[in-house]
Amino acid sequence: MEIIESGQKELLQPPDVEEFRRWLRENKSPALRDKVMDEHEAVKRFIKDGDYIGVELYGTVRCPMSVIRELVRQGKKHLRFAGQGLLELDFPLAAGLVDAMDITYVGYEVMGLSHILRRAAESGRIKLVEWSNAAMSWRFKAAAMGVPFIPVRSMLGTDTLKYSSAKVVKDPFTGIHVTLLPALILDVGIIHVHRADKYGNAQIDGISGFAFEMARASKRLIISTEELISTEEIQRYPERTIIPWFLVDAVVVAPFGSHPGEMCYCYERDQEHLVEFLKASETEETTQQYLQKYVYGPKNHQEYLDLIGRDRLEALKRANKGR
Amino acid sequence: MSTDYSPTELMICIAARLMKEARTAFIGTGIPMLAAALAKKLYNPDLIAIFEFGGIGASLEDLPRAVGEARTFYRAMVATGICDVMETAQRGLIEYGFLGGAQIDPYGNLNTTVIGPHDKPKVRLPGSGGANDVGSLCWRTIAIMKHEKKRFVEKVDFITTPGYLDGPGARERAGLPAETGPYRVVTDLALLGYDEETKRMMLLATHPGVTVEKVLENTGFELIIPKKVAQNEPPSADELRVLRTEVDPGRLYI
Repeated sequence: MEIIESGQKELLQPPDVEEFRRWLRENKSPALRDKVMDEHEAVKRFIKDGDYIGVELYGTVRCPMSVIRELVRQGKKHLRFAGQGLLELDFPLAAGLVDAMDITYVGYEVMGLSHILRRAAESGRIKLVEWSNAAMSWRFKAAAMGVPFIPVRSMLGTDTLKYSSAKVVKDPFTGIHVTLLPALILDVGIIHVHRADKYGNAQIDGISGFAFEMARASKRLIISTEELISTEEIQRYPERTIIPWFLVDAVVVAPFGSHPGEMCYCYERDQEHLVEFLKASETEETTQQYLQKYVYGPKNHQEYLDLIGRDRLEALKRANKGR
Repeated sequence: MSTDYSPTELMICIAARLMKEARTAFIGTGIPMLAAALAKKLYNPDLIAIFEFGGIGASLEDLPRAVGEARTFYRAMVATGICDVMETAQRGLIEYGFLGGAQIDPYGNLNTTVIGPHDKPKVRLPGSGGANDVGSLCWRTIAIMKHEKKRFVEKVDFITTPGYLDGPGARERAGLPAETGPYRVVTDLALLGYDEETKRMMLLATHPGVTVEKVLENTGFELIIPKKVAQNEPPSADELRVLRTEVDPGRLYI
């Protein structure tokens, strides 16, 4: 295939599908093991310094925030991230734990830019490789397919491509130019779901974001769930299992695990808290104060929920419209 | 007719009128959400609003604050995932895409990545998100942004999302789907389009009280001014009422 253009940025994670196959064969098991554990154990056992991590869905929406807070508490270092999100990336960035990101979007939508990303990027402290949002999900899709790349029609002709590590080639079938996206194999994927059983069979309500693809692109996979359900319940609706047990390493039961984000049909986003965080994130000093209060302060997720307060959480539940 | 409205409200109304005929529209965060909700309530109840993380055909009863939140699929037809949505666009099934940006150039290329050099930016912006995909894959894209000289520039610092790149035929040469590209730009001063031949931005209509000179003063590149420049109608009483009491009663955006 004729290579027309190559993105000039470094490939942060090699799309080594042979190694991925071998790794999965050695490390994944179809055995029905109870994988329920708390955030502390899941992070300690399955995340190492230097790992490349993906988080799904994003900051204000069905996001495994209790696991992220624990990751920051344990201070895992030199991490690399799939950069699509808000607080789940800002917390580790602000804690100085991130060396590099394949970035597509870090910001707060209508609420504005990420001050924390700005400080990290504008000081040159962090390596950033650009992608589009679809590109990141398609990179997971390629890994999920077990192939080293996937051809797509995004990013062509732009600086987004130039500052990525994608390549443009002439398609041997039609002759048109297509972008080849390298598969993105994660060392660790972290996904928050509505329901799971103790083996890791997981159900998600509402939009599925990129959970399907990312779960299948991950070596280690940590699931956090609003609710633990029985395997009989899973078996009654097998078509609802979006993530099968044999991909999962840890099942963390985390009610309100997405706080301050929302969980569709369960609870609303905590807008007040988001505003508080964004305000705090404006300066380095107040950012650290926020982390001290809400991340390092509480020892675990329960203490965090106590700090937020039962009344507030119940109000977020009541504010939800349901179906 | 009312003269008591804000520039943002005017932009939303102009953008909503552009959705009168649309069947499918890819909705980005912010003003496009309000425009889609207004269009759906007032002009085009059948409009299918599509959100990048999987919401297709939501009622838009409540205004979304994020492109992935539950309001993007409340009473929707479909709640799917991002790959499905983006692949639907890649197959050519999504007509309009609505985008914002920090900078735009005469060919409609958009920047939402960096101001200044990439490795040591003056301002680090969020990045592409779904914008590059929308600008690559939808048939027609509509940009909505504030009309300022520092935003309407001869050359954007970073092409995040493709417009017509460097002119006629450039999209096709790059491999982007044929017959796609920028269609309209809605600003707080005017409605703009693109010259068929040169693919450069062209003034179509000014907003009430805005002169052609004022548009030129706030544009940092040579804008094509046709012989006849139309005048946009101000927001109607109906538009303002629905916008204020039904679309955004909490005044989240307006």
